[in-house]
Amino acid sequence: MLTKLTHDIATLSRRRWLAATAGLVLGLAAFSNAKAQETIKVGVLHSLSGTMAISETTLKDTILFLIEEQNKKGGVLGKKLEPVVVDPASNWPLFAEKARELITKDKVSVVFGCWTSVSRKSVLPVFKELNSILFYPVQYEGEESERNVFYTGAAPNQQAVPAVDYLMKDEKVKRWVLAGTDYVYPRTTNKILEAYLKSKGVKQEDIMINYTPFGHSDWQTIVADIKKFGSAGKKTAVVSTINGDANVPFYKELGNQGIKATDIPVVAFSVGEEELAGIDTKPLLGHLAAWNYFQSIKSPENEKFIKAWQAYTKNPKRVTNDPMEAHVIGFDMWVKAVEKVKSTDPDKVIDALPGIEAKNLTGGTSKMLPNHHITKPVFIGEIKANGQFDVVWKTPGLVAGDAWSKELEGSKDLIGDWVGKKCGNYNTKTNKCGGQGS
Amino acid sequence: MTPHVLTRSLDRSATVFLVVVAGLGVLIPLSNVLLPSGSSLQVPTYLVALFGKYACYAILALSIDLIWGYCGILSLGHGAFFALGGYAMGMYLMRQIGSRGVYGNPILPDFMVFLNYPALPWYWHGFDMFWFAALMVILVPGLLAFCFGWLAFRSRVTGVYLSIITQAMTYALLLAFFRNDFGFGGNNGLTDFKDILGFNVQADGTRAALFALSCLALIVTFLICRAVVTSKLGKVLIAIRDAESRTRFLGYRVESYKLFVFTLSACMAGVAGALYVPQVGIINPSEFAPGNSIEAVIWVAVGGRGTLVGAALGAVVVNYAKTYFTSGPLAPYWLFMLGALFILVTLLLPKGIVGTFNAWRESRKATEKANAESAALEDGVGEPKPAE
Amino acid sequence: MLAISLAVAFAAPALAGPFEDAVAKFANDDFSDTDEAIGAVATSGNPLAFPIISALQDGRLSADPDTKKVFITQADGKIIDAATGAAVDKLPDNAAAVRLNNRLRRAVEAALGGLTLLSPDPAKRIAAAQSVFKSHEESALSVIDGALAKETNKSVKAAFAEARAAILLYKSDATEVEKLEAVAVVKARGDQEAMALLTGLGGDLPPNVARAAASAIASIQSNLAMWSMVQNAWYGLSLGSVLLLAAIGLAITFGVMGVINMAHGEMVMLGAYTTFVVQEVIRNNYPGLFDYSLLIAVPLAFLVAGAVGVAIERGIIRFLYGRPLETLLATWGLSLVLQQAVRTAFGPTNREVGNPSWMSGAFELGQITITYNRLWILCFTLAVFVILLAMLRYTALGLEMRAVTQNRRMAASMGIATSRVDALTFGLGSGIAGIAGVALSQIDNVSPNLGQSYIIDSFMVVVFGGVGNLWGTLVGAFTLGIANKFLEPVAGAVLGKIAILVLIILFIQKRPRGLFALKGRAVEA
Repeated sequence: MLTKLTHDIATLSRRRWLAATAGLVLGLAAFSNAKAQETIKVGVLHSLSGTMAISETTLKDTILFLIEEQNKKGGVLGKKLEPVVVDPASNWPLFAEKARELITKDKVSVVFGCWTSVSRKSVLPVFKELNSILFYPVQYEGEESERNVFYTGAAPNQQAVPAVDYLMKDEKVKRWVLAGTDYVYPRTTNKILEAYLKSKGVKQEDIMINYTPFGHSDWQTIVADIKKFGSAGKKTAVVSTINGDANVPFYKELGNQGIKATDIPVVAFSVGEEELAGIDTKPLLGHLAAWNYFQSIKSPENEKFIKAWQAYTKNPKRVTNDPMEAHVIGFDMWVKAVEKVKSTDPDKVIDALPGIEAKNLTGGTSKMLPNHHITKPVFIGEIKANGQFDVVWKTPGLVAGDAWSKELEGSKDLIGDWVGKKCGNYNTKTNKCGGQGS
Repeated sequence: MTPHVLTRSLDRSATVFLVVVAGLGVLIPLSNVLLPSGSSLQVPTYLVALFGKYACYAILALSIDLIWGYCGILSLGHGAFFALGGYAMGMYLMRQIGSRGVYGNPILPDFMVFLNYPALPWYWHGFDMFWFAALMVILVPGLLAFCFGWLAFRSRVTGVYLSIITQAMTYALLLAFFRNDFGFGGNNGLTDFKDILGFNVQADGTRAALFALSCLALIVTFLICRAVVTSKLGKVLIAIRDAESRTRFLGYRVESYKLFVFTLSACMAGVAGALYVPQVGIINPSEFAPGNSIEAVIWVAVGGRGTLVGAALGAVVVNYAKTYFTSGPLAPYWLFMLGALFILVTLLLPKGIVGTFNAWRESRKATEKANAESAALEDGVGEPKPAE
Repeated sequence: MLAISLAVAFAAPALAGPFEDAVAKFANDDFSDTDEAIGAVATSGNPLAFPIISALQDGRLSADPDTKKVFITQADGKIIDAATGAAVDKLPDNAAAVRLNNRLRRAVEAALGGLTLLSPDPAKRIAAAQSVFKSHEESALSVIDGALAKETNKSVKAAFAEARAAILLYKSDATEVEKLEAVAVVKARGDQEAMALLTGLGGDLPPNVARAAASAIASIQSNLAMWSMVQNAWYGLSLGSVLLLAAIGLAITFGVMGVINMAHGEMVMLGAYTTFVVQEVIRNNYPGLFDYSLLIAVPLAFLVAGAVGVAIERGIIRFLYGRPLETLLATWGLSLVLQQAVRTAFGPTNREVGNPSWMSGAFELGQITITYNRLWILCFTLAVFVILLAMLRYTALGLEMRAVTQNRRMAASMGIATSRVDALTFGLGSGIAGIAGVALSQIDNVSPNLGQSYIIDSFMVVVFGGVGNLWGTLVGAFTLGIANKFLEPVAGAVLGKIAILVLIILFIQKRPRGLFALKGRAVEA
């Protein structure tokens, strides 16, 4: 058709003005056509309003920042990346609706998003049905390995278990308070930890488990209980899976009731630099957090990233945190996978991703595993007076993420392997793939 | 009898509404299933799911309008009935997964396996049968509403006191369902459904059918509401709304009327919730959040309280606005738009969209009539009498 | 041994070799090396030991990893070489503060405890005795004995005696008599620390001592159980005061005016953000005034929230009088707008509001810990309540407000400018919500969601107490607070809260107009 058109134009060459006009029209058409094809769309599915905006807005900014950086380098496959931002408003059914909209209406090639487990569970059927890719950047409870999801945050064995190990060895902790918000991540993590502690000889009476609702703000009774539990003559520590908003009043109460880290240390899995920015950290000196990344870690990659990030947000005090690093790694892996297969076709990219390596910000190289989790180093940091963390311990190498916990009865025989077995819940005892995905 | 009730209860706007809903309920599924994808007339599946959701919200709005618009009961906890209906359906859908769950347990849903439940809790029995679940969809919200209403209306709890204790009810349920020990999956709720009555819930055909079903339910609910409000019972309800004590003194058992209409409305909300769950694919305790119930009341107010058509319209308009504003460059500012919409509607359209439209039409009629008569009366353009 | 070294510390110059070696270990940036160094330095008897360890605790000890030299930055800014005490001009460029972790911090505290037992400051001596009590380090026994003999201050003497008892309890070669005496001393102390000490005793005790310890534990336990009731009551009061503070503004707008103000929580939030802004200005410009930041924030928060309240009343609510349920709608929209406005202006994350020094920490009253911030909030709440009550009773505006509440039309015919009264009443309610925000910023998140977490509880309190009655709100708030705190240890936080909600629902059946119902014609309005 194009040749015919050019031919037509050639025959009309005597009438120059017509040719010029046609050329212009053609050029415009080609231009707009080219422009439409030139971008690769990237979906950003993070809450910008509602209760989760507090955590997720930063991740939206991170992806926008990464896309801008990538576009400065010339984009991917010679095309620019174009972010499509939606606001699921901390509303779980809306997450599913927006995911559907991003994939079918906006035709994005990949989605970076979600924070809470329930939001991921809510969009999961959509990603499976429409066969697209989700990068999930937050530490979570594990017990999942899906073909369409790549988990760049920590699985329990990459955060909780090493932290408990550290307290047991270095602080000689004998008594444990497992305090958490009542939802699936703390429940599962505490279950895993309970089984793990018992396997290390900790008795039932030396474990106290406590659950509180979301946004719990009156911690007087619970902190007093912890104090009481800690005065049984054995070294006690608190393992906190308390979520988001409830942390600030919890730490304020700890500080005011005079529970110091030297008496009863608290190790948290959901408190990072961003959360500490809202607290006066002086009374919290020495309390711990376990993450795969801390802003204070000295490495050339990290320093470069922090500088660029603070320049991008035009805020020299803007902090970085672990889920942000997870997005940095995930984004890099996706770009590499797309460039490897020279396509954004989901099937090709999903198959290419396992085995892809990307530099993390702490000086190592993370690798995407066949179970769609990644390898990460684990760091234990103590809170410093300036709201940053001082790394006091780290794993010697990178730890591979387990999709299925070895400590839980129901999942100890399961593995996720999307390369060899093409299955997310392969039972190594029965050598069968579970019901999922069928 | 039935045709008589129908004709009596339908005015022009109701007829238009029914025709539109029925038309959409037939055309959209047909276009989605029959036309090839990519055709400009084909309605994409994600829109079908979206419209299905709106239809469920419209049913919820109708149920609220029935008690608030016609009986003056402002329930700030209607989301609870909606969510209970949804959970009943969700439990059925969970049981249908069977051994296709992650852990392959034929009886226990996944969340029970990893929370080490030894056996199915007693209240989960029976939900593997659709008829039982369907019964529960109506029975559970209805029973709760009956007990709650029986207590509240007999003790003559009215006005804001009633509103606040309905809010306390939904808030207590929210907290209860958040608890993992409660046996409903905690914060994650129920999700990852596979089949409904043997059909894959994610298949386009099932979605289209569910949408058509939602439209049908909307029509049925609407007809029931119309039948109630245009009957003699409806007249008593309106009397209760406008002067409760006076109605009681006239010898009517106010609490029985209220209890009946409150329970009926809760059942409708339960049905809406049950249709909602398979279409959005998740039911979780956040549906109990008091904010959701307040928003549902706002849909009714936006559309026009006491008009039924307006309630359904308001639900669709507000939710469409929400869908529209949360995407694109306006996403960070959508709460401004939504908030402004609520404020402006209350200030400028106190009767809601449909109420204002009706008033305008009546006033125009009155004007025409006055002009035609061209009587000597100088103040002939009488304001239409307000509804209250 | 520590005593001997302390005794010789001031007499003879320490030997150069081992002390310097120990100090150099600080430069290795290895926690076990630092641990060894602390132990060696603390027992070295060198006069520099105390300055080194206390500098280490405060983060003023820095080390050069290349030259293995260690420096102390003194409080006056002068720098000395830790090994020799010689003055140094400036720190080398690559010197970094010696890092600590919790284990080392405990070692530092124990070492300082031993080193400060003889401090001239009695408070420091008590603190030192406490840390010896906790660590029951045998090496400190002789120092304690010596100090105890010389001590004249009564409370320090008691602390020393307790520390000595703790050491003897754990000393394997102490006699049975000594141990029995020690148990009695620890039992007399009677707190959780004492219980921790006693329960931590091993099994290899003489039977008499074991029996005495067991009975001491039982007696401490029953003592603590009694105190835990008192503690629950205090926690209940404290929770009640927070509820009251959040609800009291609502009691005015909702109770007195009949406006269902869903944006009430956002007024609280505005107050909290005002506090943040005040603190930010003070931090950047007048750091010395930080302790007064809340005093400055209270009137400002009242003005900001009050002004917004008046604007809302004039702009929206006055068009909706007589349609109370529609105010719910408009104010709900307003609350969305305000939340998002704050989110846009201040960002979605939590903002840091610090506790001034007089609101930090806690004191012990018997066996319960009372935190200063909770105590101040309780006092503050009661003060606000009293002022408000007095205002309603004794001022002209109060009189007019009550008149309008009771009968709007009658009040208007008596010449009261009802619309002005409405605006001022709404402003007053909002302003009080604003100062509630100042107080709540001390114990909760300062985020755009702050208001949402209090709005439902506030409505419960007002309705439970009876709409239109400030005393009802007071009683309602404290009843709910105390009931909640007594239920929580039994049922857990979540079930406790559910139980409270169910109780409210049932209570309203019994008294459909709350605890203190208004009587008369106003009821039917």
